[in-house]
Amino acid sequence: MKMAYYPGCSLDGSAMEYGLSTKRTAEILGVELVEIEDWNCCGATSGHNTDKLLSLALPARNLAIAEQTGLDVLAPCAACYSRFRNTEHVVRHDPQIREKIENVIEMEYKASNDTLSILELLVNKLGTDKIAAKVTASLKGMKAACYYGCLLVRPREHTGFDDDEDPQSMDKVVQALGAMTVDWPHKTECCGAALATSRPDVGKKMIYEVIKNAKAAGAECMVTACPLCMMNLDMRQAAVEKEYKTDLQMPVYYVTELLAIACGDAPRKVGVERHFVEAESYLASLPAKAAAIEAEEAARAAAKAAKSPKARKAAADEGASAPATAETAGGPAAAAKPAAAPEGASPDGDLEKKINAMIKGLQKNPEKMALKLIADEERAAILAEIIKSDEKKVAKLAELMISDKDKAGKAADAYVAGELKKRAK
Amino acid sequence: MGKALQLLPASASDKALLARLEEEAGTSAKLCYQCGKCSAGCPVGFAMDNTPRQVIRLLQLGLLNEALDAQSIWICASCETCSARCPRGVDIAALMDALRREALKQGRINDKKVAVFNQAFLSGVKKFGRTYEAGLLMQHNLLTGQLFKDAELGLPMMKRGKLSILPEKIKGRDQIKKIFDRVKEQGGE
Ligand code: SF4
Ligand code: SF4
Repeated sequence: MKMAYYPGCSLDGSAMEYGLSTKRTAEILGVELVEIEDWNCCGATSGHNTDKLLSLALPARNLAIAEQTGLDVLAPCAACYSRFRNTEHVVRHDPQIREKIENVIEMEYKASNDTLSILELLVNKLGTDKIAAKVTASLKGMKAACYYGCLLVRPREHTGFDDDEDPQSMDKVVQALGAMTVDWPHKTECCGAALATSRPDVGKKMIYEVIKNAKAAGAECMVTACPLCMMNLDMRQAAVEKEYKTDLQMPVYYVTELLAIACGDAPRKVGVERHFVEAESYLASLPAKAAAIEAEEAARAAAKAAKSPKARKAAADEGASAPATAETAGGPAAAAKPAAAPEGASPDGDLEKKINAMIKGLQKNPEKMALKLIADEERAAILAEIIKSDEKKVAKLAELMISDKDKAGKAADAYVAGELKKRAK
Repeated sequence: MGKALQLLPASASDKALLARLEEEAGTSAKLCYQCGKCSAGCPVGFAMDNTPRQVIRLLQLGLLNEALDAQSIWICASCETCSARCPRGVDIAALMDALRREALKQGRINDKKVAVFNQAFLSGVKKFGRTYEAGLLMQHNLLTGQLFKDAELGLPMMKRGKLSILPEKIKGRDQIKKIFDRVKEQGGE
């Protein structure tokens, strides 16, 4: 795919990480970006605060140049995107203004091409499957609040690619990278934009509300696709903390930074070290968080399996065919009994039968059996995984469970320890 | 609003001005049935003298002067929440925009800082074709007398390589200047 690229002023300056990571995102996903020749500033808010025609003409010059190439335009900055979409809309619906604009810029412009936001490109044009397929360093363990702000989704008639009250596109991208996203009410609440400069009293309160809400929803970081939001949330966070005498410590990332990192880039390659709120250590903490979550998931699955009636029935059946299983559940005193049995009365053939039955029992209901060997739920869950995948270990465990319950417990423990070491590597 | 207003039929000039603002904004204040949803969702309503609903009411009553003098129009962050939620389809944000531009034209600027910022921003664009962030920071702080407010952020930004001291310039600067000039000829800016 080939697109005209409009970086806009901030991606060359204050939002250079966004510029770097957008380029990497395009490279990773095979999108060729052709920078619009000699592009100019879109006029931003100051333009439409000052004069309507000016606020249309400044974007139109860029769009007209891009139109000549026949390409759609990628405008990652939410503010530029908003101005471009607005201009396209007006030009398409109002022939009179279109003529005025064309006169002012001395170029023909029909708005035959479309401007896309980064989210639109990622979700609608490329698709999250394509993104997920490129992930090599999953962001599992990350709890993110996706913050869309105002300009990406409003007004709906101009943007239209996502819901303007509860948008999902960024959530989908971040989830495709392996992270978890929180559901929260301030997704499209305004960060105050330039008010942080012109009316700091008002602006700081707005920034505070947004970050506070993300935190309350359980987010450990925030994700944005807008340089203005980033500036407010990241650069001004320290001032907000001071004003409200609170500790926020909320790292903020561009969605493109996360994409590049999840696809194998070092955080510094896309400029994460340039953030004002330190954002590298949270990324570094993710693997440990991911391991904890995995253990929790396994334990939950084990508990669920043990609770389900089907599993209970299976366990009961096993109990009938292998009496030792049922008895081991009774605790150490009961466990001693079956251990003694094979050595005493049973002939060897009988023992083999018992061991086979035990192997079956283990394989049929690994989660429940694991819990009998190890009390700790997390470790039992790991043991259940081992039981499912390693026949040799299952045989050994079955043998020990028949002969010596204590030894079986110790062996199980050793298997889990070994597995954990392997995972840590 | 705090003060009593004497309601008279709107003068012809006020009516004409309202019609022009509505046309520019592509919407009509008459549609509003004063439900207040716009004010409820406005993220800066807490800091406004007249909430968005009240501004629309002022327009409906033909109280154009009051609307143009409202601080609200300078506090409005152009977030478009109001327009997105209005059950009557009033584009309140566009009216706020139109009011701001009109107030600017008439020189009745309630919040000097916003206007000064916009002016500084656009003069950079006119000169270079791009935003001149460093110049903007300095000029803005000098003009509004808050030299050390945002300038505190200038140095850390430079340290991070995010603020270049020299402006970026485009080749087609003369084209940009022409755009500004032609817009002015058409009665704008
Ligand atoms: S939401 Fe619409 S109808 Fe309701 S008060 Fe605001 S402008 Fe009027
Ligand atoms: S556009 Fe302005 S008036 Fe409307 S909700 Fe946003 S800040 Fe309030």
